[in-house]
Parts: sequence; C-alpha cells; structure tokens
Amino acid sequence: MKHEPDARGHFGPYGGRYVAETLMPALIELEQAYREAVKDPVFNKLFYAILRDYVGRPSPLYLAERLTKAYGGARLYLKREDLNHTGAHKINNTIGQALLARRMGKTRLMAETGAGQHGVATATAAALFGMECEVFMGDEDIRRQAPNVQRMQFLGAKIHPVHSGTATLKDAMSEAMRAWVARVDDTFYVIGSVAGPHPYPSMVRTFQSVIGTETRAQILEKTGRLPDMVIACVGGGSNAAGIFSAFLNETRVRLVGVEAAGFGIRTGKHAASIGAGRIGILHGSKSYLLQDSDGQVQNAHSVSAGLDYPGVGPQHAHWADTARVEYCSITDVEALRAFDELTRLEGILPALESSHALAEAKKRARVLGRKAAIVINLSGRGDKDLDNIVSYKQKHRKH
Amino acid sequence: MNRIIKTFQTLRTQGRKALIGYLTVGDPDLKTSERNIRAALVNGLDILELGVPFSDPTADGPAIQAAGQRALVSGVNLKQILALAARLRRSFKTPMILFSYANPLFRYGYDALCRDAARAGIDGLLVVDLPFEESAELRAPMKRHGLLFIQLIAPTTSPERARRLLAEADGFVYYILVKGVTGKRDRLVADAKKQISQLRTCTDLPIAAGFGISDGAQAREAVRHADAAVVGSALVEAARKGRLAALVRELATAVHGA
Repeated sequence: MKHEPDARGHFGPYGGRYVAETLMPALIELEQAYREAVKDPVFNKLFYAILRDYVGRPSPLYLAERLTKAYGGARLYLKREDLNHTGAHKINNTIGQALLARRMGKTRLMAETGAGQHGVATATAAALFGMECEVFMGDEDIRRQAPNVQRMQFLGAKIHPVHSGTATLKDAMSEAMRAWVARVDDTFYVIGSVAGPHPYPSMVRTFQSVIGTETRAQILEKTGRLPDMVIACVGGGSNAAGIFSAFLNETRVRLVGVEAAGFGIRTGKHAASIGAGRIGILHGSKSYLLQDSDGQVQNAHSVSAGLDYPGVGPQHAHWADTARVEYCSITDVEALRAFDELTRLEGILPALESSHALAEAKKRARVLGRKAAIVINLSGRGDKDLDNIVSYKQKHRKH
Repeated sequence: MNRIIKTFQTLRTQGRKALIGYLTVGDPDLKTSERNIRAALVNGLDILELGVPFSDPTADGPAIQAAGQRALVSGVNLKQILALAARLRRSFKTPMILFSYANPLFRYGYDALCRDAARAGIDGLLVVDLPFEESAELRAPMKRHGLLFIQLIAPTTSPERARRLLAEADGFVYYILVKGVTGKRDRLVADAKKQISQLRTCTDLPIAAGFGISDGAQAREAVRHADAAVVGSALVEAARKGRLAALVRELATAVHGA
C-alpha cells in the first residue's frame, strides 16, 4: 500500500492545497526546501541529535502492569511521549520545522494552538534557535489552558488571542492563516498537526515518525514480536500518524485512531470528524469535516482542547476509507475516567487527549485477551489539564 | 457572449475603466442585502461580486468576516443566494460573479452549482481558496455551463507562474494588490504600477486590482494602472452605515472619470 501523497499532496481524494493564491508560492517553496532537507544527511543528523540531547529521546516504552491487571486483558505498553521536553509529542515536529525555517532563512515562527502544547513546543524551538515567535490561540482555550499560556510568554512568544467563531483551535488556525498571508516573506508557519495544505500533512508525519520507529524497535526488543494493536488519539492526528507510520505495512498490526465523542456523537457535541463528518474543504485541505448541509463548518466539542477541532488530517481520511486504520470515539466522561485510572494505578498523569486512547484500550484489552500486546501512544502529560478537569468535574456534579 | 467579456470589450472601446463591487449576500439579512445590492447596481457598478458567506473566511479581514457572520446568523444559504441572483438578473444586465470559498460550493456539488448558477444569470465564479492546481474539478462543469473562472494573481505570484495560470484564464484577472487579507488600507501599495505593468507582459486579459481600495482617490489611483478597481470591505461597511449609494457614486465617478 502506498502511503506517500501524489505530487500535489493528495492522499486518494483527500489533501491537496486549498489556499489563497498569495500562499501558493510559499507552499511550493516550502515543499522544495522540505524535500531537500529530509534528503540531506547533515539536516537529519542535526535533527536527531537535538531530539536525543534536548528533547530526551528515545522516549521509553513502558509496560503498565497495574493498568494491565485492572483492565483485565492484553498487556498494555505506553509510549511515553509525555516524558519529552515540554511534555508532549509536539516538540518532535516543531524542532523539525524550526530547523527547516532556519535553513530557509526565515527569522520568525508562527503557530496556532489548541491545548497550548504545540504553542509551547513552537515557542521552545523559537527560543532554542533565537527566533521570534507568535502564537495564535482562541480565547476559550486561553481560559482553559492558562498554565501553557504563561509558559509561552516566559519563552518569549507573543500570544495573539483569537475571539472569532468559537474561539478555539479552528479559529486560531484561520487567524494564523490570515496573519501568514501578510508576513509570508519572513515568517514560517509551523502547523502542529498532519493537517493544512500540502506539504504539511506529510511533513509533520515525517517529523513525528520517530515515535513509530522507536516504538517498533522497543517492542521487538521487549517482546520479540510486533504488537497486536496500536492505539492513538486523533484530533488533527499527528501523534497517531507518527506512531502508525512504522506499522502501516504490517497488516497484522491493527491500528486504532480514537476521536473525541465529547458529550456523545448523538448529541451533536463532539469532535468526531471521521465518525460523523462529511468530506469538505477547510484550512488548506480536503478531508472529513464537521459541517452543516450548506457547507458551513460546525463547532467541535471535546473536554480536551487538543482534540477540539472539526477536521482531521487528510491521510487519516484516506486510511479510514481504505480501512487500514479503524477509527472509533470516546466520550468526555470515558476519557476522564481513564485519566483517573492511569493516575491512580501507575502514578502517571496523562493528557486528556491521550486519555481518549487509554479509554479505548480499556475496551479493547479484554477482547484481545491476555496473550495480546497493545501499544498506546501516551502523547502528552496532563499537568496542563488539571484546572480544566477540576472545573469539569465540579460542573457535572452540580447537574 | 459572456456578459463579463462583453462589458470589458465595451468599456475598452469607450476607453473607460470598470468599477467592480463586492457585497456579502445576506448581510444582515436577505431582504436588506437585496436592497443594498440593487442600490449599488443603480449607482454605477459595472460588475457585481456576490459574496457567499462562509464560517471560516481565511482570506478576509474584519469587515467581511463580520458581514459573513451576520449573514450566517440570518440563515442565508447558497440556494437563496442563487434565487436572489435570478431576481437581480430580471432587472439588470450587469455581469455577476459568485465570490466564495470552496466548501459551500463543494457541498452543493460542483455540477449542480454550475448548472443553477448559470440558470440564475451568474457569469463567473471566483473561489478564493481554490488555486489553479485544485480547480480542474470545478472548471470542467463551469465550462459546460458557460461560466468564467476568474483567476486571482497575488504579489507573490512569479511571472512564470502567472503566465501559466493565465493561459487558462478567462474574462479578467483579479490582481491582489497587497500581501494580506481583504480590508481597508491607508494607502495603496507603492509599486502597484510596477506590479501591474509586469502582469501586462503575462496576459492580454483586462486586469482588475483589488484588496485595500476604500475610496474614490484610491480607486482612481488603481485604475491609472489597472482596467478595473475592485471594492469590497468598504462597500460592506458603507452599507452598514447607510452610505452605500453615496460611496458607490463616489467610486464610480472616480473610476469612470479616470
């Protein structure tokens, strides 16, 4: 099976480049620079050296024995992306893109952020390389992810609050695209997921593929065989694309992507673009999209800011159609329960995003049985979510 | 002959320039919006752009974003916009262009859209986030239904790229004057003259310049170099303040007198 897009960035009918003409030359230039960079041994050597010495890679693959026992089935291995510098997988990609920006002679980084993890990771890379940084973030997310806002400010980033629409990730990305059009000469737009116009979906996947490469080597070393299943949460889908990338051609390894079901798919308040969306065009690519019958984009809902997005990376849409990856969804309540369980049983506070993957693992573990092994991508840590979890629990106790 | 081509031919033989005006349809509601559009047409627009509101207008500045939001709140959709176009067509011969983001058109279905738009008397489509490379899917039904695909060219577009894109373009070229989103600017870019004359070497099509033009003086400046001036955000704001007819007259005098 082919996993690279065509020359214009299409994964089957998805992907492509749906942007204003003003941005087309910049995207073509970016694609060219990216292609040259990933072929350049010097670039790759530097990238992996920074991942090792600065990010702290490889991240461990940890057998969660107490969680395994509690869930009563398959052995559960956690890929500990939460232990990366800055606390999530996002840093792998921002280091890659910042290196590319520097190579292209750009002096400014710009990013959108939902949970704030990508914003923090971009601000961190900007600090590391001595670049300016501007982060676009929805008002609603600024409220629920306050610690990350402060971190970005300490790192020297300028926060640009976005009030339009639902004031979440979707609107932050729209505003970032507007700002990029105006500063396209000196500014590199660091997209945080496998979304956006070509080459972002394949570029971000490539920078995140280190997760899959390590996981594969680690599980082989620990168990002598490949896992039966790999589970990852999917908002835009970068941590999932990263870990899946090493197993795509291993058809015996089942790959499971977990979307956010919010209050439940039937309530209409969710973020399951693949599960309940239709094909559409947003933010530069064609993919599954939550939209009404007039093609207006609908608001997503998830307790997790990082999954609160009405679209999904185009390659995920293609994997869904071709059935290479199974997609399912987990509600806010299920994710919060999984958060509690991992915290109490293993002493690990998972991000709410990653808690969706854990909740799905709980359902799958018993079905697969004790002989099976499941790898869960623990894409980030939950420290940023504590205030949000406390207020969510209080609110729902009242009702 | 397509009304857009005919309009530019006529103006060219008369040695006149064109005023192109954009209004978001449905802002703040369908009825008021129709009244505004009619006022703009009787006061001197040569070509009308009917803006389809979209939830995520990534190429638009605050004025058109807000107009789109108001229109969406009022519940307007593409079907109603085409019905409005058909009503306008019964009263006016002015060329009409549907100005949209790709998704509302894609959701409607490109083929059905082109059929219904042509029936409603629309003459061309301008799709902000549909670059040439992704346009084949839409251009085929457009061609079948006699609609013109209006190509946008930006200050970032190289002459080689412009030549390649414009070889397939029709009607006129929409030249984006600024690197940025739509909306008012205090002054037009200094090198508009240079940019537009460079674009002349890439195409024989008439050139319309837009983004940032908000008054008669700027419109006059734009048509010193271009064949038409496009005004959007300023019309949207004038309509809000009840000054639309006056602004259209000011712009038309400036453009037609140039």
